[in-house]
Amino acid sequence: MSDSRVLFDLPGPRARRRQRLGSLLGALLVLVLIGLALWRLGINGQLEPERWAILFDPATNVPQRLLEALGNTLEVAAVGMVAATALGALLAVGRLSEHAWVRVPVVTVIEFFRAVPLLVLILFCFLFLPQVGVSLSAFGALALGLTLYNMAVLAEIFRAGILSIDRGQSEAAYGLGLRKWQVMTFILVPQAVRRMLPVLIAQLVVLLKDSSLGFIVGYLELLRTSRSLVETLNFSFGPRYTFQLYVAAGLIYIVVNVLLSQLAKFVESRTRRSPRTTGTADAVPTGAASASALGPAISAGPASAVVLSPGRPGEES
Amino acid sequence: MSFLADNFPLLRDAFLTTLSLAVLSGLVALVLGTVLAAMRVSPIAALRGLATFYVETFRNTPLTVVFFFLAFGIVYIDLQFPSRFITAVAALSLYTAAFVCEAVRSGINAVPPGQAEAARAIGLDFRQSLSTVVLPQAFRTVVPPLGSVWIALAKNTSIAAGFAVTDLTAVLQRLANANADQLAMVFIAVVAAYLLITLTSAWLIGILERRLAIVR
Repeated sequence: MSDSRVLFDLPGPRARRRQRLGSLLGALLVLVLIGLALWRLGINGQLEPERWAILFDPATNVPQRLLEALGNTLEVAAVGMVAATALGALLAVGRLSEHAWVRVPVVTVIEFFRAVPLLVLILFCFLFLPQVGVSLSAFGALALGLTLYNMAVLAEIFRAGILSIDRGQSEAAYGLGLRKWQVMTFILVPQAVRRMLPVLIAQLVVLLKDSSLGFIVGYLELLRTSRSLVETLNFSFGPRYTFQLYVAAGLIYIVVNVLLSQLAKFVESRTRRSPRTTGTADAVPTGAASASALGPAISAGPASAVVLSPGRPGEES
Repeated sequence: MSFLADNFPLLRDAFLTTLSLAVLSGLVALVLGTVLAAMRVSPIAALRGLATFYVETFRNTPLTVVFFFLAFGIVYIDLQFPSRFITAVAALSLYTAAFVCEAVRSGINAVPPGQAEAARAIGLDFRQSLSTVVLPQAFRTVVPPLGSVWIALAKNTSIAAGFAVTDLTAVLQRLANANADQLAMVFIAVVAAYLLITLTSAWLIGILERRLAIVR
């Protein structure tokens, strides 16, 4: 039911008029609510131009600090992305292994890291590892936590991708006399990565969002930086710029994430059109029935949500 | 082991806080998300636009930022939640609703068009065909993705610890500071409590999925 038109008749002139009236009233209501919020903000003096000017005035050092914080956020996310993707691919291959002594530990690792909250993992790296002699900075703890969690999630995504490839592909490869590792590296993984690229990017957006948890372990990412800026500025000016700085941090996050999501959409439309993938594109699971056919193993995690909404990759947390 | 016995009441209360956070926000998010999904397939363009805007905004905002705004931001428009717990429920359910909406919408899209056509053909209107024909089938097919949204939510409750709610993660931090020598014990206890929630849920969802699956 991709075309929701079947759910209703095309509205006639009278219904259209009614809908337009309703939409107008609804829009008015939303505008009134926004207006009300702005009015309260104005009464509290939050809309004064000089309060916002601080965000763009280099003399106050605020824009530099925010930029630096964005850099820190992107840095930890980039480290996490690369490490999690590499380890995730390894784990996915391990989980598909025919040898139980490889498969069982790998499944345990994946299921464990997917079932534990990311924040607990980060705290583990931050509080526990130094005690046993592995000293980590806030950056290291955050990056390691993000990596451990996301490698498990990505492993499931890769696995779903590899399983979704037509069996004929690997049969043909074996028929040509390729070895197991050759089939995996030359035939299955390249196709799986292409097919799972949009989902992969969606999960990387999640990783970027999750880097905001650095706030709790004291890594100077965007949120933490705005917090510390608020504290220093409060010290000299009183609580003048609190709201503005938090809004700025929130907006920066939204902009960066929307850009990444748009990239995901773009990549998705590219891979859809590409003649190299269209040949097998029908095999992509498009409904719950085919997704659950992949087995209950993925039903607990984000990978299944991801597989279920091919139009727009789903994601976790 | 005496360490665990000493701190059992604390851990139990924290476990119950985490569980009730997750259950309450899950229920609110389920209702809100379903309404949003209905809006996204509705005939009225304004409703579709509003729901899409909501979903895109919340999917691209870190949960920590949502928490931040509800905890520290809305006082500037003279609003205030009665307690930290309710702030956390509000943040979690507003955020999760966007993901519920996407899951339900994918389920609506998975219902074969013939079902909706048949519903229309026997004269049901949009509301009737959605609520009596399409959504009941959609909910069955979205059990796995909704389940994973639920598990993600259960794990996301840990962020409330950063905002003065005494859940499992907050207790973890507190006990870790107080008992540096028992750190391994603290982590094992808290991780076990989380696994109790997530793994049990995964198991129940698996059962539910097999019960409700529609074989097409």
